[in-house]
Formats: sequence, C-alpha cells, structure tokens
Amino acid sequence: MAYTAVTGGKEAIAEAEKLTEFFRLKDAQAILTVGMIETQLRLLVDRVMGEGGLYAPGYASLALKQAEGDPAEAAFLLRAYRSTLPRNHVSTVIDPADMRVLRRISSSFRDMPGGQVLGPTRDYTHRLLKFALREETMDDAESFLGKYREETSLPRERPADLAEPATDREGRAALPAFPKIADLLRKQGFMKAAEGGRAEEGREEEPFDITRQKLIFPVPRSGRLQMLARGETGAMTALAYSSMRGYGAVHPTIGELRVGYVPVAVPYPLDEGGARGEPLYIGEILLTEVETIHPFTQNASGEALFVPGYGLCFGQNEVKAISMAILERSLETSGTAPAQDEEFVLLHIDSVESNGFVSHLKLPHYITFQSSLDRIRRAQRAAGGKEAGEGAPEPQTGTPVGVKTETAKAAAGKTAEADKEALTHGSRAD
Amino acid sequence: MEAARIEHPRPWMNRPAAAYNFAFLDEGSKREIRRKTLKAVAIPGYQVPFASRELPIARGWGTGGLQLTLSLLGPNDVVKVIDQGHDDSVNAVSIRRLIAETSGAATTEDTAKATLIQSRHRIPEERLRADQILVLQVPQPEPLRRVERSERLTRRKHAEMDYSAMWLALYEGIVRWGDITLGADYPVMVHGRYIMAPTPIPRWDNEKLHQAEHLTLFGAGREKKIYAVPPYTDVIPLQFEDYRFRKESFDGKACRHCGSTDTFLDETTDEATGLTVYQCSDTAFCRKRRGEELP
Repeated sequence: MAYTAVTGGKEAIAEAEKLTEFFRLKDAQAILTVGMIETQLRLLVDRVMGEGGLYAPGYASLALKQAEGDPAEAAFLLRAYRSTLPRNHVSTVIDPADMRVLRRISSSFRDMPGGQVLGPTRDYTHRLLKFALREETMDDAESFLGKYREETSLPRERPADLAEPATDREGRAALPAFPKIADLLRKQGFMKAAEGGRAEEGREEEPFDITRQKLIFPVPRSGRLQMLARGETGAMTALAYSSMRGYGAVHPTIGELRVGYVPVAVPYPLDEGGARGEPLYIGEILLTEVETIHPFTQNASGEALFVPGYGLCFGQNEVKAISMAILERSLETSGTAPAQDEEFVLLHIDSVESNGFVSHLKLPHYITFQSSLDRIRRAQRAAGGKEAGEGAPEPQTGTPVGVKTETAKAAAGKTAEADKEALTHGSRAD
Repeated sequence: MEAARIEHPRPWMNRPAAAYNFAFLDEGSKREIRRKTLKAVAIPGYQVPFASRELPIARGWGTGGLQLTLSLLGPNDVVKVIDQGHDDSVNAVSIRRLIAETSGAATTEDTAKATLIQSRHRIPEERLRADQILVLQVPQPEPLRRVERSERLTRRKHAEMDYSAMWLALYEGIVRWGDITLGADYPVMVHGRYIMAPTPIPRWDNEKLHQAEHLTLFGAGREKKIYAVPPYTDVIPLQFEDYRFRKESFDGKACRHCGSTDTFLDETTDEATGLTVYQCSDTAFCRKRRGEELP
C-alpha cells in the first residue's frame, strides 16, 4: 500500500537491481573478466586500491567490474568489504628505500646517484588516439611481447608468483641500488633528519590509525598522511593545484619520485614476550613514493634547511603522490588558503564520504521540507504579506517585530555584542 | 587464442563469496561501538567520537544508525526500520533487508512489537517503552556547525559550555524574520549541559525525547560520532521567554485516512482533485488506528 511517491520498497529495489544488471550486460560483445581488468586496466585498479585503502588487485578488479568502471563505487565496495575482516596482523615498517624500482626520477638533480630511470610512463608520449588499438588482437600482443622480451633479454614469462622476494633480483635486468635523494640531502646537512625515520632507529611511535580512531583535530602527522594516502585522486589534485596557483604558498621541486615493489613482512606470529623471531615475508606491494623539497625560507624554525613534503600511495598513481606531498607540506604552513586548513583538506578528500553525502540528497526529505514549509508560512505571516500556497492568513499569534530586513540586520549587528550577555542569561530561564 | 590466458591469474578469486559475520561487522568492531555507546549513555548529549566502519550502504544514508543497530543486535531482537515515518520507503527497506540478511533477526512494522527501532527523521507517534531502544540516523551531529565550521572550535565550545553564538543566531533570526526560523533538527539542551542536534526530526517530535522511558541513541557514520539521550533525561528545545519554541501547526487539518488530528501530517496533493490533503507521516500508526494488522 503506497501513500507517497518513493515507496513500494521491496519490489522497486529488486526491479532496479535487475535493470542495473540488464544495462550492465545488454550490449556486451564479450564478457569482461576480472583478470582482464586486473591486467589491462592497471592504473584504474591502482587508483581504486588506494582510495579503497585495501591492497588487493583481485578484489579491486572485481569491484570495478561490478561497478561498471565507476572508481568511487569500486573504492566504496572495497571499503565495505574490508569492514568485515578482522585485523590479524600489522606489518613491520615498510621502507621504500628497499624498493624494487620500476621508475625513478628527480627533477632536482640531473645526475642523481643511481641515475634517472624513466620506466613505464606516458609523460613524454604524444597524446594521439591510437586507432590501431581498435583492432588489436592477442596475436599482435604476443608478437610485441616476444620481440620486446628478446630486445631487453627479459625472461620469456613473467614469474607467475608475484610474491617472489624483492631481494632476489635474478632474471631481472641488473639494476643498481637506488639511494634516496632525501637521505643524501640529510647526510649533507641540507635537510633535517626525519622524525622517527631511519635516522632515529628504534624511536618509532605507534602511528595514529584512521581506521580505528576518529580524527581529532589537530591530527598527528601519521593520521594526516593516512587520510591523504586514502584520499580521492581528483579532489587532492584540485586542492594541490590551488595551493600552487596562488591559494597557498607551496610550489615544490620533486626531489624524487619512485614507483616500484616493496617487500612486506609481519612479525613472527608465535613470538612471545621478549623472544623475537625473524619477521615473516608475506609478499610485496606496488607503491608510488614522492619526496618534495621546499624552499628553506618556508622553514618555520628559522633554520636554513630545506623542508620536505612526503607522498605515498598504493600502485602507480603519480599525480596523487605528488599532490599528497604538496598538501602534506601545505598543512604544515599557516595561512587562510583552503589547502592550509587541516579540517578543510582532510575532511573533504575522502571519496566514500563525499560521494555518500552528496548522493544522500536523493533520499526523500519530506519531513524536513514540511517543517520548513511551516516556518516559511509563519515568516511570511510575520512580514505581513499573504502566504503562498494557502488562503487568507490566520490571525497572528506571535509578536512580529515588523522591521525591514536592512534595518534589522544593522540592528542585529549593533546589539549583538552588547546584548549577548543579557540575552544568554535571560534566555536560559526555562 | 588459448582460453587459459584470460582466466584470472589468481584461482582463489573465483571461489564463491565468503560468508559474512553475524550482523556483518566483525566482533572487535561491534565491541568498540558498544563501548562508545556506553560512554555516550553515561554523558547525555555529549558526542563520543568513534572510528566508524564502512558499510555496504553509502555514507550519509544511515551508516551511523546502522552500525549502532548491528552492534546491539542479538538473535532474539525484533527490528523495525522507518524512513520519514514510513516502513515501506526504499531506504528503510534496503536497511531492513541488510539487517535481516546478515543477522537473521525478525523484523516488524508494529512499533509496539519492536525491541530495536532504527529511524531517519521521525520518532514514532506511539510512546516507546523502557524495554525498547530507538536508534536515530544522524546527518550532522554538531548543532553548533551552523555557527562554527571548525570541529576543533565546536569541541572547545561544548567543553566550555560557550553557547553564546547559538543563542545569537536564534536571536538574529527573530530580528530578521520575526520568529525563530529553525525548522527540523531544532537544537535542544540536554539535561542542562550539552546543546544537542536531535537529528532532522520535526519539532513535533522533540518532546518525545524529554523524560522519555526509552533510550535513544544517535549514530553519525560519516561524521563518526555516537551520542545518547538516556531514559528520564531533560531535553529542552532552545527558546526565549518571549519567543517560544513552537511545534509545527496542523490546526484544522486531519489525516485523510484515519482522521487523526494529533499526529504529524505529511502535506500532499490529491492527484484526482488537485487539492492539498494531509495524511499521517507515521504510516504504521495510521494503519494500526484503522484496525489493520501489521506484519
């Protein structure tokens, strides 16, 4: 039995679900497999893992298939799934200095130790539509891959086991070790040693955990970094851009941007008390790490030292990692720009929250609207005008002030301060 | 081409979905939520921060209320879910289905039969009893947000009981418009200490919180806060001596279905005649009054 427009609940929902499924499939020429998404929509999968806060390429691909490619919806699916999982282990600290590097550049030093490694990037390609991709076949792919592997003497097949330890570099092109630019700057005394970092081994603090605690402002730096690492790429890029363009003070140099695989280990699970076994290697994850360098004139402490900004996120998502470094730095400065306001930045970059709240406007708001209808009728009555949507005005019951808006505003402003005290006391009489 | 190449590289991804825990959330999460709820009950009207898990329904669509319900739910509970006073509203159906499917709990539309009632924007017309819990979904838990945008500063204002900006905002409404202009979500003073947002319930429902027999819990999922009005707590709407808090007025109006003149009415247009007509917003109550048997 339906009284109002948006009801009929159960059947309507079931039918809408069926219709969604219908639209997902009706024009399909072949079934898009989860494996195809994982292996061919790499950057989208990376983005969804980052915003979903769950490193799981397989689940991210499944979420993307289910969401018909909507990254916000896919990130949301991942987050909801993660809520059902207990946390069994916490990894030991991951050190991107151990990264098996795919790509590594610096815009500060032309000849950085270890050298620039362009790696997989579209940065210097021309953005022309490749019409040939429309007819791409598996044969084309095989022939390209075969030739490429020969040229580069890479192994014929990618190792099936991705969990191969990063320290084992056999079969891969011999890459030199890559010292971190920020570490070099620190060693040379141009930059302060990182707090709790390698320079102060053993003095590590338990980080704030945004999945287990609500943010309380001011947020510790570890909490800020987590919010940023999970933030929505587009929202963060917009805010970082605003900071560089003039709404803020941050325009950095990229000390180093690196993309690659980092090993993950958990403490030996059967450890008791003091006895500590070797941490267990459980696999590796793809990360993008950015360290920006900011002018020493921004150093609040007055020391002539460069100031760092730090960005780190799942997968290859360079614009997000750079934006994160800019925002992280920007939040350390004070000023009136949006990108300098901790609450503004951290509370509005989460895609699950922003998408959820904006779309909740689609829910019925009959009650609140009814309540404001009642108020607008009263206000119109008080202003002495005829009410819209009803007959003759009812007799007035209140004591309308009957002053015009402009004078009222001025009066409110003038009396506000003086009357505040009296008002507050007077009004609490109830 | 070899079919094997397009199969998923990780075979375990092809297995059927794993079963979910009772009431969806893992037990550790539920325990945290219950602990925060106890704190909220101990400090009426105070907003207790909690971590807030992501749920399979969107943030802003009742996830705070739902987390409370899921963490309180036992196998013998009977749950009622309403949205805008309506059991059959799509979002209420969606939430009720999630609760039932993940917990197996019984559901009802009859307010009197429910042990746990989750609601958005309404408190049922039937007075709740001491053995019932009302869970309200909260879009914006901070009543001071309309006068102070910074969370850091609103927390301080609550701590210092500095509510002058709020009183001033009410006063300015009177100067400008001739009366208090707040509609739904009308701020209340809880037991003489904290100003609290009662959620966007109509002003009509505010009095149902005052010295009530039942416990009311408020859950804000996106804003990550839980707060409570325990039984027998004073809940007084903000008002001035000469400008009083006033409920919505339905003078001379009656429900077109049950003839009620003492319930909150929805205003709607009769499709046949084009006239404005009124009907009970609490549809279960309306049907009960007409002698219908509720599921």
